[in-house]
Amino acid sequence: MKAVYGLYPDGSSAQQAVNRLRAAGLDDREITVISSQPMDEYEFGEMDKATWIWWIACGGGLAGMATAFALAWLTETWWPINVGGLPTWAWWPNMIIIFELTMLGAIVATAATLVVTAGLGRGGRLYDPEVSNGMILVGVENPPDGALGDLQRTLAAPPGAHVKTI
Amino acid sequence: MASATNLSLAPPSSAQMNDDLLRPLRQTSWRFYVLVALLGSIVAAGVVAWFAQMFFGFGLSGIKWPIYWGFYITNFVFWIGISHAGTLISAILRLVQAGWRRPVTRCAEVITAFALMIGAMFPIIHLGRPWLAFWLIPYPSERLIWPNFRSPLVWDFFAINTYLTGSMLFLLLPMIPDFAVVRDKSTGLRHKIYRALALGWRGTPKQWHRLESAMSIMAVAIIPVAVSVHTIVSFDFSMAPVPMWQSTIFGPYFVAGAIFSGIAGLIIAMAVLRKALHLQAYLLPLHFDNLGKLLLVMALLWGYFVFNERLVTYYGNGPAEMAVFWQTQRDNYAPLYWTMVTCNFVLPLIILGIRRFRTITGCVIASFGVVIGMWLERYLIIVPSLAHKYLPYTFASYRPQPVEIVITCATFAAMILLYVLFAKVVPIISIWEMKTGDHAPRPAVVEHELGGVRQ
Repeated sequence: MKAVYGLYPDGSSAQQAVNRLRAAGLDDREITVISSQPMDEYEFGEMDKATWIWWIACGGGLAGMATAFALAWLTETWWPINVGGLPTWAWWPNMIIIFELTMLGAIVATAATLVVTAGLGRGGRLYDPEVSNGMILVGVENPPDGALGDLQRTLAAPPGAHVKTI
Repeated sequence: MASATNLSLAPPSSAQMNDDLLRPLRQTSWRFYVLVALLGSIVAAGVVAWFAQMFFGFGLSGIKWPIYWGFYITNFVFWIGISHAGTLISAILRLVQAGWRRPVTRCAEVITAFALMIGAMFPIIHLGRPWLAFWLIPYPSERLIWPNFRSPLVWDFFAINTYLTGSMLFLLLPMIPDFAVVRDKSTGLRHKIYRALALGWRGTPKQWHRLESAMSIMAVAIIPVAVSVHTIVSFDFSMAPVPMWQSTIFGPYFVAGAIFSGIAGLIIAMAVLRKALHLQAYLLPLHFDNLGKLLLVMALLWGYFVFNERLVTYYGNGPAEMAVFWQTQRDNYAPLYWTMVTCNFVLPLIILGIRRFRTITGCVIASFGVVIGMWLERYLIIVPSLAHKYLPYTFASYRPQPVEIVITCATFAAMILLYVLFAKVVPIISIWEMKTGDHAPRPAVVEHELGGVRQ
């Protein structure tokens, strides 16, 4: 993988770098930003914010609910047991099972969505361990050969920039 | 040792945070090995005692007709209660966006995970034939006997497993960015292990948003699950026609007690971590003060529930209920009962209610009292009622035997051992959460009091 990137000591410099890359004609999808903490205070921290994760969690909850309902219904109707005078299908106690599996479905769906949509488990992408020391990485992965010099100059412009090419 | 910079009002820098919070992972003193060996031997003694109980039978324990629930179920309820320290408190603080929660959350969430595991072991230890525990799991058995979904014990299975799964994920997901920090700061085999654990985490805005969204959803989901878990544990008692068990307030009473003991456990854990790992710059007196206030509120709530439950029983004046009532107020169990009241109500009220005493040491003393008091509370809910059921021929007494005492001690040792080992391999304070807001363009907002904000 080829890449050119700058390391910035603060959010303002990183924001400037992102703005300059945009001004140079790059789309947000072509710009890589990496930080060691959420950067909600800056505009670049809002990139890729739209997500379906809440809806998927609701879907997981519904799937859990359906599973619990089916499990309780099939068990109690196929193998009916007379317990304490309760009806074979007793709503009140079954609601506990249904509630727990609904929540379990929502939780598991949320975790699975995080793993898939955040691209966890995929290696070989642009990264620099300096990020762990608080530096903010702004760069471009696989830049066109002809644009390398321009990108290096663009990334070097904000204060405190340390530009690297790999 | 925390640097001089850290002990001043200035927050530690990013690099300083890495150094301070990763130090326990990098450096190991001989004290660590001695502690692990000591705790490990107590746990081993507990395992031997359990195997002895399986081999020689339940006659080895003090559990016999009509008191079939003794130390083991007391421990089960106690540990499930302690588990409310973490995920529930962390989820509530996350949802209300309390900034002071950041150094506290992971310390708390770890307690939940390990306390639930230990608590969930007790119904199995309590089984005469623990290898048949899988009968609780719904599966198409060739015996054509499925679990009875109308039994509170099966509700326990579903509730505890849901809470355990949710709590584990709630703990593990925010650990991924910290694994990435350890990956970047380590070499050799350690680097390889943490690289695998970090799952290729980089820290793009997309990853941060997804993580924060996931944590918000889980916080919303985990709070009702946590409440349901201890309500369902209370149903194990309140669904049975046993004197002083059939109570409509048992659900909220158990939940309040669980949060109460959970906060106490958390304060003790934080104080030990602060001292042992030199985290004075991160676990501030402010955190203990805030948690101390929460503990005080829960002590008052607990006192209200106990008063309510006793007063209603007293006015009801049912013979069977009153037999148990007087056993705890002035007869056999009175010393334990009044110790419980002192530990859970009087002590926290004095120590935490007076500002001068609400220091770290004061909070820890009150918390130890609460942990002891809450264990006694679980014991006093279970044993006196079973010992004095409706007819005199069922009256009996319970005396715990060495096997039960050893297993009980072993689970406390197991809890500490798991916590020590965890703090050795994972930053016990979430590094990325501590760094959040480091690069803020405006003056940082400092939360200095519970619910208060200072610019």
